[in-house]
Amino acid sequence: MSRYFTEDHEWIDVDGDIGTVGISEYAQGQLGDIVFVDVPEDGKELSKGDEAAVVESVKAASDVYAPASGTVLEGNTALADTPGLVNEDPEAEGWFFKITLSDPSELESMMDEVAYAAFIAKL
Amino acid sequence: MSDFDNGGAEEGPEIENELLALDAWHRAKGGRMVSFAGYEMPVQYEGIMAEHLWVRDHAGLFDVSHMGQLFLSGDGLDAALEALIPADVVSVKPNAQKYSLLLADNGGILDDLMFTRWDDGIYMVVNGAVKYDDISHLLDHLPDDVTINHMADAALLALQGPEAVTVLSRLVPGVEDLVFMTGGRFVWNDVPLWISRSGYTGEDGFEISLDGEQVAAFADALAAEPEVKPIGLGARDSLRLEADLPLYGHDLDTDTTPIMAALNFAVGSKRRRAEANFPGAERILAERDQGPAVKRVGLVIDGRQPVREGAAVVDASGAEIGKVTSGGFAPSLNAPIAMAYVPLALAEIGTVIQLSQRGKVHTGTVTAMPFIPHRYVRAGGK
Repeated sequence: MSRYFTEDHEWIDVDGDIGTVGISEYAQGQLGDIVFVDVPEDGKELSKGDEAAVVESVKAASDVYAPASGTVLEGNTALADTPGLVNEDPEAEGWFFKITLSDPSELESMMDEVAYAAFIAKL
Repeated sequence: MSDFDNGGAEEGPEIENELLALDAWHRAKGGRMVSFAGYEMPVQYEGIMAEHLWVRDHAGLFDVSHMGQLFLSGDGLDAALEALIPADVVSVKPNAQKYSLLLADNGGILDDLMFTRWDDGIYMVVNGAVKYDDISHLLDHLPDDVTINHMADAALLALQGPEAVTVLSRLVPGVEDLVFMTGGRFVWNDVPLWISRSGYTGEDGFEISLDGEQVAAFADALAAEPEVKPIGLGARDSLRLEADLPLYGHDLDTDTTPIMAALNFAVGSKRRRAEANFPGAERILAERDQGPAVKRVGLVIDGRQPVREGAAVVDASGAEIGKVTSGGFAPSLNAPIAMAYVPLALAEIGTVIQLSQRGKVHTGTVTAMPFIPHRYVRAGGK
């Protein structure tokens, strides 16, 4: 399984043609206390870069973009009652949605963990 | 991921921000600095939620030195000031503090403020974001006999929360005898302090004015007390929202009058109403008698998603009939809340209101404010 990151701080884990999407540890730290997450409906078609989910902290609302194109398989229903999972465990339990990838070649332009760590070190 | 907005922080990219006397202090405490009202200010330290709840249970230290501290003096000051604000200035006793509004000729609000009678004049605290406009307005409208001193070298701290009195009286004995909306002169380690029992959180607490050169030492002394944590602007905003305290530039502006803003107590003086000689008196008194077209109300929002400043109040057809002026997640209520201006017919407690934000319709219920009861320590209340 491989993990990729976007410059907008989404991560995607890829296993076969299934991707699991969330926001990075850095992103949750920037957002602060997360009080609401809106994940996409099952079956929704997303193109890379589409607004896929909304995450709201005490202070502000933010869009989460689809890091790759595909069809939403499921949203993380646990986030409806426990949005704080995104703060506690953003890169595992706090995942946002799973997607069936339509074009895995889109991943090639994304950063791996080492490149992303270097990217946020400069922010 | 990207922010829809900056959550109400006032960006001023073309103007270089000023630095607070406590700038290094905030950074050393882990404050995340943002641009606000022309200053670099801490929006949070450990996190807005934790800081908010800490203030409701213990004591929080706020640096509000961006606010404008003015000292007005001179012959005829009381009458001259009454020409600009609707408060009964004349009857304000020494060391008593009062809330009022700087009004435009049409009754719109130029700023909200606190003023206190000192022995030799009037001490006034105005909002940081408009303090230079306020000073210009005062210079233009007050007679030459009145002198306006902008206390630009003075810092202002607020210590807020149920344990504030315990902490502050440990360092500065005697403050426990103050009651809400009164102040006095004190000394800590030879540093002169002006302290009033007031604040912007709905909790008991104090505001402390002192020289900017001394503020770091005093802030250190306060923060060393176990009851105290430093609190950023983010929690200041959520605390004041729960406490029904409007924020100038958001819930109040030149398009709103005191009556629209549900600040009727600010025109509470019978004498001032009878004289009707404050700016916009005719309109304001008519609205007071007949009701304003729109009114500021509190809303509890269904679900968990906050509805924020700028969201529209809509009718059944989806047409915009009002506006949300402040909104966010209320940590003490564990629910989203908002302040909004709605047509008077919808301002009754219990009215269900439709709100539109980024294409999604939300439902809110008009709710009595404050959302969290005030815990002020008033005269005769002990």
